[in-house]
Amino acid sequence: MAAGALTRNKKKGAKSQTPPLSKRTKSNITPPPKKAAKSHKPPLKKQRKVISEEKPEVSTDEEEKEEEEVSEQSDELGSDFFSDGDGEEKEEDDDSEEEDKEPLADDFLDGSEDEEGTLGSDSDSDGSDLEKESKAIDEERKREERDAKDELQMNIKEQPDEFRLPTKKELEEEASGPPDLPTLQTRIKEIVRVLSNFKDLRPEGVKRKEFVEQLKADLASYYGYNEFLIGTLVEMFPPVELMELIEAFEKQRPTSIRTNTLKTRRRDLADVLLNRGVNLDPLSKWSKVGLVVYDSQVPIGATPEYLAGFYMLQSASSFLPVMALAPRENERVVDMAAAPGGKTTYVASLMKNTGIIYANEMKVPRLKSLTANLHRMGVTNTIVCNFDGRELPKVFGQNSVDRVLLDAPCSGTGVISKDESVKTSKSANDIRKVSDLQKQLILAAIDLVDAESKTGGYIVYSTCSIMIPENEAVIDYALKKRDVKLVPCGLDFGQAGFTRYRENRFHPSLDKTRRFYPHVHNMDGFFVAKLKKMSNETKASGNELVETKEQAQLSSDDDDDSIEELKKPSGASGKPKQDIKVDKSKRRIPISEPNYKGNENKNASVEGPRKQKKKRSQWKAEIAQAREDKRKVMRKNTKESGRR
Amino acid sequence: MRPLDENETTVVFEKIFKFVGNNLKNIVENPSHEGPEQDPGRYCFRLHKNRVYYVSESLVKRATNISRKSLVSLGTCIGKYTHAGGFHLTIMSLSVLAANAKHKVWLKPTSEMSFLYGNHVLKGGLGRITDSIVPGDGVVVFSMSDVPLGFGVAAKSTQDCRKLDPNGIVVLHQADIGEYLRDEDEL
Repeated sequence: MAAGALTRNKKKGAKSQTPPLSKRTKSNITPPPKKAAKSHKPPLKKQRKVISEEKPEVSTDEEEKEEEEVSEQSDELGSDFFSDGDGEEKEEDDDSEEEDKEPLADDFLDGSEDEEGTLGSDSDSDGSDLEKESKAIDEERKREERDAKDELQMNIKEQPDEFRLPTKKELEEEASGPPDLPTLQTRIKEIVRVLSNFKDLRPEGVKRKEFVEQLKADLASYYGYNEFLIGTLVEMFPPVELMELIEAFEKQRPTSIRTNTLKTRRRDLADVLLNRGVNLDPLSKWSKVGLVVYDSQVPIGATPEYLAGFYMLQSASSFLPVMALAPRENERVVDMAAAPGGKTTYVASLMKNTGIIYANEMKVPRLKSLTANLHRMGVTNTIVCNFDGRELPKVFGQNSVDRVLLDAPCSGTGVISKDESVKTSKSANDIRKVSDLQKQLILAAIDLVDAESKTGGYIVYSTCSIMIPENEAVIDYALKKRDVKLVPCGLDFGQAGFTRYRENRFHPSLDKTRRFYPHVHNMDGFFVAKLKKMSNETKASGNELVETKEQAQLSSDDDDDSIEELKKPSGASGKPKQDIKVDKSKRRIPISEPNYKGNENKNASVEGPRKQKKKRSQWKAEIAQAREDKRKVMRKNTKESGRR
Repeated sequence: MRPLDENETTVVFEKIFKFVGNNLKNIVENPSHEGPEQDPGRYCFRLHKNRVYYVSESLVKRATNISRKSLVSLGTCIGKYTHAGGFHLTIMSLSVLAANAKHKVWLKPTSEMSFLYGNHVLKGGLGRITDSIVPGDGVVVFSMSDVPLGFGVAAKSTQDCRKLDPNGIVVLHQADIGEYLRDEDEL
């Protein structure tokens, strides 16, 4: 027998199915949201009788409603009543329960006229009546059981309708008209509910994939995403978190401003702005210069204080890469993608206008705003230039600066709340193109930094995107290609980056990178990574011709050799550098030796790389051998001269 | 980018002299604190694409390898040459001027916004004024809280100002910080 839940969702249990009524406890009474058949409590004959008799009728008696489960309007009443009744019943034994119910039964009797004969007068009936009664009771019981079963079936069938996936026909109907937003919304909610507990809540025979596909389609049409983007998001997040993220993208993040410490202090600025009628608060405990603006009577971007350069309108997430960079005074810093200048001015204020900042921006129209912001904020230690970021190592020279900030051009998927067009305009191709660009830029950034710098040697890479190919994949690429390592950003409140994702396996140190999400941190989606350059040499790979200083100094012979022989074994995560470094150290003219850090005397391992070159034909190996010998001789000569 | 030649230097210095007077010496010989070395040297003026920049020497040294086409700005831009050959100081020079200004005017809060929209300073908006202003002097305009708002040319001497009616122009507007919003493209 199913438990006698009176209503679908009410916590009332039915009268318990266990014969001893005294055992009926509240726990029995709080059933899962299934309807239960009427319970059968032998002792409560009268009650049951009453109830069963009343069942077919639409009576207003609460107890009956409780038991009947048919009438939905009275559910609440019924349940409440029933709980009261339960409370009573709990404490009492069968008879007393019976007695408690009896007055009600009497009421029922009084109220209705269609009762079957035997009511409330068991005690008074004689033998033959008893027989009849008991027969009637049995029949009633059977009928109840049947009805209860049917109801249960009906109810169970109704529930799956909530998360039954729409059939093709229904989908076609929907597609033919404008999307019905409330339906979509309820369906989305239901699917999320099922997916979050798929084991328990799944209907029969339906695969998870179908649910996911339907969810994707619904989310795409309800919120306006294109397929690619919604597919990626669904893969990245579990369903509940996905909903939070998408909802967060629909709303604006709070406006925040950053005090310009070159000209004022946060407290003074807050006072002045409060006088003007701006409602603001300190941003959070991790920033000493940030203020969040709730609302304002004057336009926050046009106050005299803004024009005088006391603060800068900047989103909270943009503080993070500069905080991670932590530039010191009298350092040389490059900002490779500086416009409109929020981060550059922050760097300058941290450096107190000392040292030198190179602010580079590739797009000409954005240069004006960069220059204007720099002047407005009173920054005097900056040179603004207009290059493609990838050319910068040639312009400034390699290994020439202390720190580099690369806020890379990205797909912008983290700032959907600012720019809704990203929802529909990004495709897999765009992500691929932009991540290629980012990879080139980060290599250029690394080449700019001087590993030997006394106070620096850091690169901070950040994007306002949450996509894996633009973030972790780029850092992983950099780790493979250059002698850098990840260090903690100093931002302890973000989420750690992915070290593996679907089929990708990244370097384990990638958990030092930080991800920020709108639904968790209430700032734009962001990614920050801080790299330290360990040494100035590079690991060239067979796939690319990396023109490093060292390689450029090699003779053309050496170049050919190094390109041929340095076929990086693919798939090795970050460890090919040993073999390849050894290769290069052997192959290079020792002009660059001072840059090495301890790879100098690995003569013995010359043989190793050569063994790895399974593709080399014999004659090439011979030639290589000959060159090796030549080079050894040269090296010995220059070693002597170099070490003086 | 090149250093200013004789004529250009004279012109620029004359303009600045109107505002700062003898403090010009300060400006030119100010020891700078920019640049990564411990002793970065002094400031100098450089001409690049018709704009005059006030930069410290160490920055200049480092900017020499940037090609003319790609260099956009260094240090502080203080003014630019017009097509006709005249030289105008721009709003970006405000910090330099304000620090060394000889003639100052303070505005009442009510008339700050008006000045920031590009209007001239009227007698009614005047809060304080330094003495000994001669018509034609450069004047730096401040708000009552000592925030520099812009600069202009004095229209009347201090004495005359006192006798002026409230709608009379005291300072002819030349540049104000509202231009950062109004005339972004001109800068």
